[in-house]
Amino acid sequence: MEKSYIGIPEGQIKIQVENLHLYYGNKLVLKNISMSIPEKKVTAIIGPSGCGKSSFVRVLNRMNDLIPEARTEGRVLIDGENIYDRDVDLVALRKKVGLVFQKPNPFPKSIFDNIAYGLKVGRRCRREELEAIVEKSLRQAALWEEVKDRLHQSALALSGGQQQRLCIARALAVEPEIILFDEPCSAIDPIATARVEELIHQLKKDYTVVIVTHNMQQAARVSDYTAFLWLGKLIEFDRTPKIFTNPACKLTEDYITGRFG
Amino acid sequence: MTRSVKKVSEWRGSQLAEFIGFFMLRIAVYSVLFILLYFFYDISSQGYKVISWEFLSQAPRRGMTEGGIFPAIVGTFLVTLITAIFAVPLGMAAAIYLNEYARAGRLTRLIRLSIRNLAGVPSIVYGLFGVILFVNIMKFGTSVLSAGLTLGLLTLPWTITASEEALKSVPDAYREGALALGATRWQMIRTNVLPYAIPGMLTGAVLGLARAAGETAPIMFTGAAFYLPYIPQSLKDQFMALPYHLYIMATQHHAIDRARELAYGTALVLIAFIILFNLGAILIRSRLRKKWRH
Amino acid sequence: MTSVKKKGILGDIKESLIKTLFQTSGMLAIIALMGIFALLLYTSVPAFKEIRLKEFLTSTRWDPTSPEKPEYGILAMIASSIMVTTGALLIAFPLGVAVAAYLSDLASPRVREILKPVIELLAAIPSVVVGFIGITITGPLISTIFKLNHGLTALNGSILLAIMALPTIISISEDSLRAVPLSYTEASLALGANRWQTLIRVKIPAAISGIVASLMLGLGRAVGETMTVLMATGNARAFPRGFLQSVRTLTATIAIELGEVPYYTTHYYALFALGLVLFILAFSVNLTADIILEKQRTKLQ
Repeated sequence: MEKSYIGIPEGQIKIQVENLHLYYGNKLVLKNISMSIPEKKVTAIIGPSGCGKSSFVRVLNRMNDLIPEARTEGRVLIDGENIYDRDVDLVALRKKVGLVFQKPNPFPKSIFDNIAYGLKVGRRCRREELEAIVEKSLRQAALWEEVKDRLHQSALALSGGQQQRLCIARALAVEPEIILFDEPCSAIDPIATARVEELIHQLKKDYTVVIVTHNMQQAARVSDYTAFLWLGKLIEFDRTPKIFTNPACKLTEDYITGRFG
Repeated sequence: MTRSVKKVSEWRGSQLAEFIGFFMLRIAVYSVLFILLYFFYDISSQGYKVISWEFLSQAPRRGMTEGGIFPAIVGTFLVTLITAIFAVPLGMAAAIYLNEYARAGRLTRLIRLSIRNLAGVPSIVYGLFGVILFVNIMKFGTSVLSAGLTLGLLTLPWTITASEEALKSVPDAYREGALALGATRWQMIRTNVLPYAIPGMLTGAVLGLARAAGETAPIMFTGAAFYLPYIPQSLKDQFMALPYHLYIMATQHHAIDRARELAYGTALVLIAFIILFNLGAILIRSRLRKKWRH
Repeated sequence: MTSVKKKGILGDIKESLIKTLFQTSGMLAIIALMGIFALLLYTSVPAFKEIRLKEFLTSTRWDPTSPEKPEYGILAMIASSIMVTTGALLIAFPLGVAVAAYLSDLASPRVREILKPVIELLAAIPSVVVGFIGITITGPLISTIFKLNHGLTALNGSILLAIMALPTIISISEDSLRAVPLSYTEASLALGANRWQTLIRVKIPAAISGIVASLMLGLGRAVGETMTVLMATGNARAFPRGFLQSVRTLTATIAIELGEVPYYTTHYYALFALGLVLFILAFSVNLTADIILEKQRTKLQ
């Protein structure tokens, strides 16, 4: 099967995946994946459902550890440190690598407490400092104007799109360096989707973004690089315009032109 | 020729069978309901006659043919309190282990198997165990403490099961969300699981305690007293309890006519006590749930 | 650029301490179960210094306080326990399964909403109250119907134990009837069977292991029940000859005699041996139910 990967210059690499295999029990979910994810760019992961895209982003902050039978082989280097080494602090890792879930999952707490959650479990914070960070994060997530008067009301009262931006703000509040989005728009309406996409565009100034999506237009709109996964294998990884206009592999072309999905 | 799908007017055998079958199911339900209602009616109508402020607030007098059941009410309350202090935290902790930490494996299976079997151990066997362990080995004597601990052990499987149900009802998204924000496992449990599980846990605990409060066999030999004109002053004192008092009044009393009336009163108070517990549990649940509705 | 390496081990220690704390609480269930068995066994053993095991298990005479020759045979009590329990299940099982079928197949959601808590309420009635009912309602009723001196008989015990076993049988049977995949029911109805035929020929056979398990659990509950039989069956020590006679079960014997026996005598130890027998009985019954339910769960998955 033909494959084609673009190389990223040494100095720009944030995440380096080397010969990654992921198993759920006896089932091989990801097969020998190697790729470099560039810093402060948006990298999209596309592919048909069940190809392992979601499992892949969950490898990057070790959320797969929650699945009892999950097992990984290979290395995932973030800033040169293998996050599967024994001496890795999962808490530090997850603060550095934020994750926004497929379905908005606000906690049944107030808006303020949702944003402050990651800070409160991290370290002691003074009230003023907390308030400043909450405001900053909500502004970054373009939600501040909509919620500033009801910070202490339940987050569950927000609309689906607002909830997802709340979850993004919540992830930003712990000041990560990388943000993973696991199909962030699959459960919200088109207008809310547009706002989230705009937000992702803003975020790449300061953060390395990896976004999983089953929506190819979305990948084309928001990402700088795109990786195409198929049956747990990485088929093609390149600059987004290249993938969508002139893919190197037949399989990629078939997928993008909608010959299967 | 087409066949009609309209109901045929004469009954076929299978329809008759269905009619009779479902009729019998209904009879079964009505008879169970009738039995239950009749019991409640009988106890309420007979017990109601002796219930008075005096009956509730005074100790038995004249060889338990007069006076009330105050020490038994207080005794049952105290022993249930000890049961709660022992069983509720332990039950919650075990449930937290099973639902939040344990991975599928031999140990977990063994723990679950033990819990289910503990729930099936006859209550009198708990009584025997209490006599050996708490009364004799630990030297608590026949006391409200021994009885409370025995009942605590008896309630433990119920508390664990109820608490685990409550924990299971908390969505996994709360757990994943917390961990993804850099919470440790314990922080996740403490701040993002327990607050939402506690109402259910408490409800389950209260229901378990209601059952414990009605038990007789486990306390007969570990601390309940035939007759005490006072309420226990320390953990090492014996105590009167409503269920045991009912047993005594119903079977061990010489003046059977007078005692029977008082027994009815005691039975009514005991049942009312347990229904109150159940209502209390429902109330706690709705109260605490409301807190997180907007 | 922050490092994700661990900075100390303090956090790890705290987390694993907390986990150990919870794990210990979980292990307590195993310890308690084994502890009950071990202590009962330990306390029973001295009894067999004076009693021959064969006599204990096969003699029908239990007379520990006889001044000439104390006797320690449990067979009469075992027979009584089995008789009262069997009688209870003969009543409770058909009734319970019928109510379960009604709840799963006939009742509207609203009726279910009301009936379920009512049945739970039945489970919440303390056994001493049920025993009291045996003395005041069912006992006199039996004596009137069968023209007996008193109604405190095995039959009385069976009726009352049936009432106590009902909630268990109903809820477990209903759960397993509801666990039958909807596709089975639909397939049967689509073939032109009516609802009764579907219930009898498809759903009940599919749920049979759960229903049998409910019978076992009901049995476990009935065989270990103490206060009800103690108050309602008359406690005659003779070998049971029929449902209209007084009987004395294992549980009732312990309850009657433990209060008066001097500590650390053969009689005292023998009562714990009775407890051990009871424990083993209940344990095997529950374990069987457990295995049946586990099998069903894997089958229907």
